Amino acid sequence: MTIRQIDENPAGIHLPLEPLPGHTSRGRLERVLRRGEFAVTTELNPPDSADPEDVYNRAKIFDGWVDAINAVDASGANCHMSSVGICALLTRMGYAPIMQIACRDKNRIAIQGDVLGGAAMGVANMLCLTGDGVQAGDQPGAKPVFDLDSMSLLETIRIMRDNGKFLSGRKLTTPPQVFLGCAVNPFAPPYDFRPIHLGKKIAAGAQFAQTQYCFDVPMFRTFMQKARDLGHTEKLFLLCGVGPLASAKTAKWIRSNVPGIHIPDAVIKRLEGAQDQKKEGKQLCIDIINEVKEIPGVAGIHVMAYRQEEYVAEIVDESGVLKGRQPWKREIRRDDQLVADRLDHLLHDEITETQVDMVKTAH
Amino acid sequence: MSEQHPAVTQATLVKKAAPKSDYKPADVSPQRRVQRTFAVRLWSIRHSRLLEWFYGRFADAFLLLHPLWKGIGYSRVEAPVKFIEKRVKGFMFDCRMCGQCVLSSTGMSCPMNCPKQLRNGPCGGVRANGNCEVEPDMPCVWVKAWEGSRNMVHGDKILTVQKPVDQSLRETSAWLRVTAQAAAAREAAKNPGASA
Repeated sequence: MTIRQIDENPAGIHLPLEPLPGHTSRGRLERVLRRGEFAVTTELNPPDSADPEDVYNRAKIFDGWVDAINAVDASGANCHMSSVGICALLTRMGYAPIMQIACRDKNRIAIQGDVLGGAAMGVANMLCLTGDGVQAGDQPGAKPVFDLDSMSLLETIRIMRDNGKFLSGRKLTTPPQVFLGCAVNPFAPPYDFRPIHLGKKIAAGAQFAQTQYCFDVPMFRTFMQKARDLGHTEKLFLLCGVGPLASAKTAKWIRSNVPGIHIPDAVIKRLEGAQDQKKEGKQLCIDIINEVKEIPGVAGIHVMAYRQEEYVAEIVDESGVLKGRQPWKREIRRDDQLVADRLDHLLHDEITETQVDMVKTAH
Repeated sequence: MSEQHPAVTQATLVKKAAPKSDYKPADVSPQRRVQRTFAVRLWSIRHSRLLEWFYGRFADAFLLLHPLWKGIGYSRVEAPVKFIEKRVKGFMFDCRMCGQCVLSSTGMSCPMNCPKQLRNGPCGGVRANGNCEVEPDMPCVWVKAWEGSRNMVHGDKILTVQKPVDQSLRETSAWLRVTAQAAAAREAAKNPGASA
């Protein structure tokens, strides 16, 4: 049995939800997490086009399977549609986007402006990132900005939200109501500093965190143990990053070309040994989710299936993390249905009613 | 004079020349990579405890000289002090003269040497061998900072969240600023009524 959840504003899907006590945002993701449900988020592959349909078509793939969609901000320093633009489109259609903000391309003036703009469009979740170096992307000659870092960015938005002020101290008339997130990478050195570093991010304002791809569950378990000991999991919702690998070749390519992703040899060996590597990659992802969801303190998963978006639904379904729950999905509302039926009736049926008949049916 | 081909930067050329199997960032030319050495910087981090002790004495001495700085005028003494500070810290820590030194909070590893200039901890791209994502031959500034801070008496200062860099303080003396602030704080403590 599936339980439908109506985290939706009755006045319109594009409007923010009713504010709830203890919630800092008016979005769906925070509600799901605070209810104690296992959340699922994913990432939208940003289009290289100016067509809004591209965004809608890519978001539609996740309908009814995820609680929020990350709108990436030029991930890997490659140029794509901006995260603000994607968020503007997604919020119009009622989706719950997580607006990623990378410090690589914008200084504090631009970032604070984008935070206000995003919040005004109904973006309820923002993820503060440092961003990859420009050298990793398709335009390595660009100027790296890095005016803020992820930590001071978190603090900046927290100050804007809680104190209603810009970094300069100038007052905001309406502060942005956002749920603040950060990224964690438990799989890169200095390993013993990483949990402490997460604590620093919590102090700066982080309320949820998404981790880098997890392919090494024992390593993640050690990290979570330390995070629990430090009491972080009570103050922050941690979503473990997972994703399918298309083949052993891709895994090797990622290992040497994408900074910060740790793939153990055992994973590559398992993929190489499989008949159908793509299927095995998906199965591997499901196996990892099944292990990770049992770790205390894990509040959800973040499925990153770059160019394999069609698998997200299957992965979420087969791992059973939703436990029969169906995340928000755009559905025909009762008033929409009424209009549609009426129009259909007018357009397609031969109507030769007289006023007398109409009065009869009206009563 | 119509240029048909798109602009190709030096960075793109270097990136293209790198072997495909390896993540090679573009802006570090092979020449520069050979030239760079991190020996002194790493020595400073290994001896962070000694340097912490020394800086404590040094800051006290500088504060004792406050009447002298004030007599000559902080603005007049700025240029010569900055000249020395830039060279000494440049040699010891590869200082970038941000003007708001946090070395004692970062294990004597200057965070401005991080290609992303992170002042609050490492990014997620640190290589498995502890080297930088952007400069493959350079040990990550923050991996070293964590090591250095573990040797220090007040190493836990690494846990404070640092404010964003004030770019208007670039190329000014941090020594003099800290001294002036400490002197002001001392005076405020002496006669608390005056400032109110």
